[in-house]
Amino acid sequence: MEKKTCLYDKHVALGALMSPFGGFIMPIQYTDITDEHNAVRQHCGVFDVSHMGEVRVSGPDAERYVQHIFTNDVADAPVGQIYYGMMCYADGGTVDDLLVYKMGDQDFFLVINAANIDKDVEWMQQQMQGFDITFEHQSDYYGQLAVQGPEAESVVEAVLGLPCKELKFYTAKTLDVAEGDEGETIIVSRTGYTGEDGFEIYGSHEFTQQAWDKLIASGRCKACGLGCRDTLRFEVGLPLYGDELSADISPIMAGLGIFVKLDKEEFIGKAALAVQKANGVEQKLVGIELEGKAIPRHGYAVLTPEGEPVGEVTTGYHCISVDKSVCMALVRTEHAKLGTALAVQIRKKTFPGVVVKKKFYDKHYKK
Amino acid sequence: MANFESGLRYSESHEYVRVEGEYGYIGISDYAQHALGNIVYVDMPEVDDEVTAGDEFGAVESVKAASDLIAPVSGTVVEVNEALEDEPELLNKDAFGNWIIKVQLSDPSELDNLMDVEAYRKHCEQ
Repeated sequence: MEKKTCLYDKHVALGALMSPFGGFIMPIQYTDITDEHNAVRQHCGVFDVSHMGEVRVSGPDAERYVQHIFTNDVADAPVGQIYYGMMCYADGGTVDDLLVYKMGDQDFFLVINAANIDKDVEWMQQQMQGFDITFEHQSDYYGQLAVQGPEAESVVEAVLGLPCKELKFYTAKTLDVAEGDEGETIIVSRTGYTGEDGFEIYGSHEFTQQAWDKLIASGRCKACGLGCRDTLRFEVGLPLYGDELSADISPIMAGLGIFVKLDKEEFIGKAALAVQKANGVEQKLVGIELEGKAIPRHGYAVLTPEGEPVGEVTTGYHCISVDKSVCMALVRTEHAKLGTALAVQIRKKTFPGVVVKKKFYDKHYKK
Repeated sequence: MANFESGLRYSESHEYVRVEGEYGYIGISDYAQHALGNIVYVDMPEVDDEVTAGDEFGAVESVKAASDLIAPVSGTVVEVNEALEDEPELLNKDAFGNWIIKVQLSDPSELDNLMDVEAYRKHCEQ
């Protein structure tokens, strides 16, 4: 039985198409994926991302623990800084990709993928031995909204009354708000998963419901479902765990080596990832642009022009912002060079294509 | 609200066939295009391909998903609607006016297995 977020009733009332995702029943679209996608690229959209998981790690060894389980380097970070990176198994395979928020010198807030919550929490707890930390799983407390698009800053300030103009890209702050009986402390960060400027806002269910209502009632912000969240993140080359990252796909294979700090003293998976980086990997994630309008989908075979199978599509769409059929695919490394001719098998037909950068549309972050 | 056109035969998987002499024009119903949302690609067979009643002969794709097209009748493809290659959205604009393939029927008795418009309307309301 799928879980419901605190906004479930509101999605149903808006007539959303609801579908299971990551253990939750989530809105895929309200009106039309293309309209919602374009709203985020051109104006502003709001997503219910309350399905995401949250973990709080605090205590004297909090930083040392985060450094141990996380591929990126949080040492000497200022309070409010956010890092993207992965948790990896000892063999370099990916447990999950996540954001780590440094909320205090001994206080870190970790945001993990919905589909991986149980697995991640169990794995993280297994790595705690020898660390003096407090580990709090807070997924059931937090709702989360993502307000995304070029108008997000003015919408969050004007409609929600949350000062956010001065927040730099990939930083966060806490704000005390009066919602509810007693008031509460929320977290606002300049982050997102769309390639546009935007904010992610973490608060209680009550706060999240009230903020959602204000955003929708304002008419300045379109309700957006997970359908366009996927087309938006895909176009700008952001990975989705389960497609571009997995226990079998390491960050090095996925081309995310810049988030793996091998100069760090120690972290789980470091030795295996260092070998992958030094010796190369057998398979790599690439972008492929296809001729024609057919859509390459997850799992479709990637072939050489001669028809030899050399990989699989991880995500593909007919790209909304650039009107091209493109995909990300995991292929054997000898076929991963830019400009290599490849083809994708789509049902009974084969469509020729070429290896391109896995970014099909430029990000528009406000840094 | 979806339109239902009389005079056609419908399958449970929402394809229709319009019979003209020995030929059948196969497309998807207005109800189906509504359910699929914006259609962005139509995968069609080639002329001279054989299609078999109950078997997949192509697909219509929305942004998010591909849906198989199931042949309501058997026959040989004599024409494909090439306009759909560049303008798949024609299916959204007028599903009954834009057939997908034209086949020479190999077994017209198969038409008896399909629904008339009233039966199909009830099927959609279930």
